[in-house]
Amino acid sequence: MERLPSRLRRHLAALRAVAVLTVLLGLVYPLAATGVAQALFGERADGSVVERDGRAVGSSLIGQSFTDADGDPIRKYFQSRPSAAGDGYDPTSTGASNLGPEDVIDVLPAGSDEGRLSLLTQVCARSKAAGELEGVSGARPYCTPDGVGAVLKVFPDRAVSVNQACPAAPFIASYQGLKVECARPGEDYAAGRTVPVRGDVTTVPVPADAVTAGGSGLDPHISVAYAELQAPRVAKERGLALDRVKALIDEHTTGRALGFMGEPAVNVLELNLALDGR
Amino acid sequence: MSTTVAGMIFIVSLIAVLALVHKPLGDHMYRVYSGTRHNPVERAVYRLLGVRADAEQSWGVYARSVLAFSVISLLAVYGLQRVQDKLPLSLGMEPVTDHIAWNTAVSFVTNTNWQAYPGESTMGHLVQMAALAVQNFVSAAAGMAVAVALVRGFARSRSGTIGNFWVDLVRGTLRILLPLAFAGALVLVAGGLVQNFSGVHEVTTLTGGTQSITGGPVASQEAIKELGTNGGGFYNANSSHPFENATSWTNWFEILLILLIPFALPRTFGRLVGQVRQGYAILAVMGVIALASVLLTNVFELSGDATVPQAAGAAMEGKEVRFGISNSATFAAATTLTSTGAVNSVHDSYTPLGGMMTLFNMMLGEVAPGGVGAGLYGMLVLAVITVFVAGLMVGRTPEYLGKKIGAREIKLASLYFLVTPALVLAGTAVAMGSQERRAAMLNAGPHGLSEILYAFTSASNNNGSAFAGLTVNTPWYDVALGLCMILGRFLPIILVLALAGSLAGQAPVPEGAGTLPTHRPQFVGMVVGVTIILVALTFLPALALGPIAEGLS
Repeated sequence: MERLPSRLRRHLAALRAVAVLTVLLGLVYPLAATGVAQALFGERADGSVVERDGRAVGSSLIGQSFTDADGDPIRKYFQSRPSAAGDGYDPTSTGASNLGPEDVIDVLPAGSDEGRLSLLTQVCARSKAAGELEGVSGARPYCTPDGVGAVLKVFPDRAVSVNQACPAAPFIASYQGLKVECARPGEDYAAGRTVPVRGDVTTVPVPADAVTAGGSGLDPHISVAYAELQAPRVAKERGLALDRVKALIDEHTTGRALGFMGEPAVNVLELNLALDGR
Repeated sequence: MSTTVAGMIFIVSLIAVLALVHKPLGDHMYRVYSGTRHNPVERAVYRLLGVRADAEQSWGVYARSVLAFSVISLLAVYGLQRVQDKLPLSLGMEPVTDHIAWNTAVSFVTNTNWQAYPGESTMGHLVQMAALAVQNFVSAAAGMAVAVALVRGFARSRSGTIGNFWVDLVRGTLRILLPLAFAGALVLVAGGLVQNFSGVHEVTTLTGGTQSITGGPVASQEAIKELGTNGGGFYNANSSHPFENATSWTNWFEILLILLIPFALPRTFGRLVGQVRQGYAILAVMGVIALASVLLTNVFELSGDATVPQAAGAAMEGKEVRFGISNSATFAAATTLTSTGAVNSVHDSYTPLGGMMTLFNMMLGEVAPGGVGAGLYGMLVLAVITVFVAGLMVGRTPEYLGKKIGAREIKLASLYFLVTPALVLAGTAVAMGSQERRAAMLNAGPHGLSEILYAFTSASNNNGSAFAGLTVNTPWYDVALGLCMILGRFLPIILVLALAGSLAGQAPVPEGAGTLPTHRPQFVGMVVGVTIILVALTFLPALALGPIAEGLS
């Protein structure tokens, strides 16, 4: 070693360092951690799997879709949040929408272009659907009654409701004296000034977590408010007393850890399992 | 309890625990780096490496050792990814494509952990453990080594050497990171993180569908990913994935792990230079900036001031119910104030001003408190610049910790500061200059510019978080961001070590009447001011075109 040129010696030392540390940190450390973790917390280390009649039906930490083959909600189940993981709650393709807070303009389908829904329209459409499912108003600020983003592109001589494809009736007839038109798919409205219109909605029964996708796409929880919104429907479908369903919601709500960490959350899979088990 | 009150208690509790542990941990690290004895395991490791543990290195040799180690690491991580289909525990994954393998290797070796790939569908367990997690340890240990070498430069006089890289690397890994990571991993498993070697197993869900439950050695990787301010997630969804961050309290614990070492190192610095109060001055600078940033990020996110959050009723897009908005914002601030880059919520969907805070945190140069090691040496360079500015104002030769800040020192410090802004702004400009590269943006308008600016800021500052909408796994972005990561990591390291060598060789200057005291609140205020003004002057135009324009529209 000592007789080698110093540059070569240094790289040899580096090579050995990488090899030694890889064995130590890349093999011994995770193996030891696995051994101890499995011995102490085996069930959790294996993914908190929940079973029904001895068969695994999922993990209590990983959310699931409670929809039928067509993607429509199954009415007897509490519904999870919207998910951006694959086709929804796909653990092999986790992630979020990544859409920005001012993503408000749709690309309308035109010809071979399938178009793209803005985040605002997704929120509005989810709210409308959730409202219909639960029998409440799905109206929200910045949303049209037909469930798209209420956004105008304003030009000197006219205004266009860009997310409402013709022949839809625009959500307002005129804006500051300009006539509001429906949007013609394929037409470029980029030059206009973007004006989201808040509208006068004051009460919003559908809570925020019901109309937004989480960070992982696997969010196992919904807010207490969203669970309570769904309770009457589930109770009716199952022929249970509303109080009984609300008691089950309570049982499956995790409060803030130590009273101040995070937010109270209802575990949807465990709640639905408990309902099925009754 | 209201969300805001709970969120504030959350922040206060983190501060309280950091205040309790920074002293014992800082003192422990002081003993690790100043001790002269080697334990039997370390002696065995040095024999295997073929290095003489008691031989001191000049700054040049130290720097070349860092670089040699990093080059070999780079090749190892690249190689393991390229042949992963032939290795055990590959879960049937294909070899990683060359440009993604290059980007990922650079990313983990530079402590950036930018991820151009989705973990669960790209990397088998062996690559995760033996390639990526190993770098989580050693890139962090290398950062600490360089910081300690710089501090030795201040502490020593008329010395031609600044320590031995191999010893600093091995001690930092075995005596600091490994025990903490092991304990941290077990705590995380207790919270619900998975730690096994199973592949994907399919279950039939309640509604009769199928779901693939993924496994892996996740907790062991998560612990070092946060502790070493690395940030590369086992899964694509990073720390928002329930298997990486299962409950509201694992979220608290992960933030603690992120901040633990960076906030303890100033204590180590104070002990090493023999003046604990100098360490507290540095800690105060980091603390003031960090607290302001955490609070502002919380305010912006809780106010939800943008069209979509207003329509939804809260800024919940990209955030998990169990964490809520406030704790997500606190995590986002912590991960960008350090060079971690792990995310428990999606910064791309933050309100314009909340998203700007994460960007601004990184633009500060990762110094408040910054990555493990990198934060301390970055902050010490800013302190050097501050005494220079103060010296100019009163017309005295600037000194810091008994060392003259002469022409050579200030040149090195200035070059250090210029590296990352140059990379960020040039990279963003080149990307924006081509239609094809602009097409990688998911969002249009100012938010699209923010996506690209964020990518180059994150890579050049070795943060690794993303405004994830940008499609970055194209050859151009992989190569360009890879270059930013390498230059953004190693140019500053070389400059810092050169500075260390130059300081170590000096004779100490006795304190005189004109010496600026560097442990008083006045100095703390000046360093905060210099840090913010330098960043503002450098990046304000770019921020004005991106998040500020979006926030005002």
